[in-house]
Amino acid sequence: MHSSQPLLSVRGLNAWYGESHALHGVDLDIWPGETVTLLGRNGVGKTTTLRAIMGIIRKRTGSVAFDGQDVLKLALHRTAHAGIGFVPEERGIFATLTVEENLMLPPAVDRGGMSVEEIYALFPNLLERRSSPGTKLSGGEQQMLAIARILRTGVKLILLDEPTEGLAPVIVQRIGEMLLALKQRGLTVLLVEQNFRFAAKIADRFYVMDHGQVTDSFTTAQLPDRIQSLNRALGV
Amino acid sequence: MTMIFGIPVQALLGQLLVGLINGSFYAALSLGLAVIFGLLRIINFAHGALYMLGAFVGYLLLAFAGIGYWPALIVAPLIVGLFGAVLERTMLSRLYKLDHLYSLLFTFGLALFIEGTFRYFYGSSGQPYAVPPSLAGGTNLGFMFLPNYRAWVVVASFAVCIGTWFLIERTKLGSYLRAATENPTLVQAFGVNVPLLLTFTYAFGCALAGFTGILAAPIYQVSPVMGSNIIIIVFAVVVVGGMGSIFGAIATGYLLGLAEGLTKVIYPEASNIVVFVIMAVVLLVRPAGLFGKEA
Repeated sequence: MHSSQPLLSVRGLNAWYGESHALHGVDLDIWPGETVTLLGRNGVGKTTTLRAIMGIIRKRTGSVAFDGQDVLKLALHRTAHAGIGFVPEERGIFATLTVEENLMLPPAVDRGGMSVEEIYALFPNLLERRSSPGTKLSGGEQQMLAIARILRTGVKLILLDEPTEGLAPVIVQRIGEMLLALKQRGLTVLLVEQNFRFAAKIADRFYVMDHGQVTDSFTTAQLPDRIQSLNRALGV
Repeated sequence: MTMIFGIPVQALLGQLLVGLINGSFYAALSLGLAVIFGLLRIINFAHGALYMLGAFVGYLLLAFAGIGYWPALIVAPLIVGLFGAVLERTMLSRLYKLDHLYSLLFTFGLALFIEGTFRYFYGSSGQPYAVPPSLAGGTNLGFMFLPNYRAWVVVASFAVCIGTWFLIERTKLGSYLRAATENPTLVQAFGVNVPLLLTFTYAFGCALAGFTGILAAPIYQVSPVMGSNIIIIVFAVVVVGGMGSIFGAIATGYLLGLAEGLTKVIYPEASNIVVFVIMAVVLLVRPAGLFGKEA
């Protein structure tokens, strides 16, 4: 079922926050069109893995091959142009920009991104509030804006950090539907998510992280057999 | 003679107009400081020296190349802006990772260096720079005689202020600037070349100072100390307005210019310190400045 080459291939990724060694050799592969979820307790290095792949953390060793290119060598603003988009955990909506300016902020890096019309059709709330300051939106709307603005850019891979955190169940469901729609468009997603019941609905595969390393991996079909051990491992 | 509260109306209007002209310089200079501080978080102590540099570039263009006022009004800011770009690229950008105190010290040293260089060659006396012939003469407003050049200064400075406000608040480039002010790392992760944006912003702020300098050249004499004379007041303007607020910098510049003019009529002895008195009061009542966000 896989094409021969992974879209993203991470090998022996180490990363440091100042003197603090946060990642200890992360290995993972994502094939084109897959949605892959990183599971793990707080502080095991899930967010750090995304930030290190993106290049927001600069102190890194190992290799991150994306689309045949070693992105560890790129300047931070070149990584997006290689085709990787980032949706941060804190959403990163700008208060001094309107909703529409927030949406238009990330430069398009490739063709094949969603048009503004498509985005507004998918998120009528954003159209309605396009002239409001970005941070006047509700938490759920801000999350949708944070994802929508990356969809515009035409990136091949989206790094999505805890999109459901702190949101009401009905909004979580809405975001789930949205991620499924993205998957149908063939987008590749690396998702960090604490809520594996949510992730089970959209992910193809899972990686489990602990102490800055990938300790386990399994497919969504294997998930039911793992629930008990996962509950223990994640301390749910 | 008509009087308001025992003050001749002619004198009042006359001084308010002088205040408006001074305010035009304060607004344009504090705007440049606010633009630079907003994105780079650097207090550009070299701003006064760059203002002086703009005036001197105009003077030198005329003296050595025969280039007159109107072309110089474009060329001088470009040269000062380019100078700023080189400074940022080669020196200032190396200081971003350190405490802000280092960049403050650097720009302070730079101001001394630029000023010292010009003082070495030109002494501290001023060089005259003639008003362009097309703006010579004046208009009788009834209550006072308004030199045309001073009217032009008010118009040109206001246009530049509005233009800058528009650039930052209403354009795509401005949205990059505003977003990078909030979270530069995320903006760069989106694929925007933030280091280049920083260079552009510093160069733009410097060009604003250079433009104000050439604008001032026919009014004040072109002298190496013209920058340090005005920059202290401009820093007070920035403090009163609130650091980093574009609109605040513009509005406060004009307000304090007018306040100064008004004081000259009411109580002339206080006109040199009124700006600093206002600054002290504002710091007591609203430490973030009139237009600044409360921390």
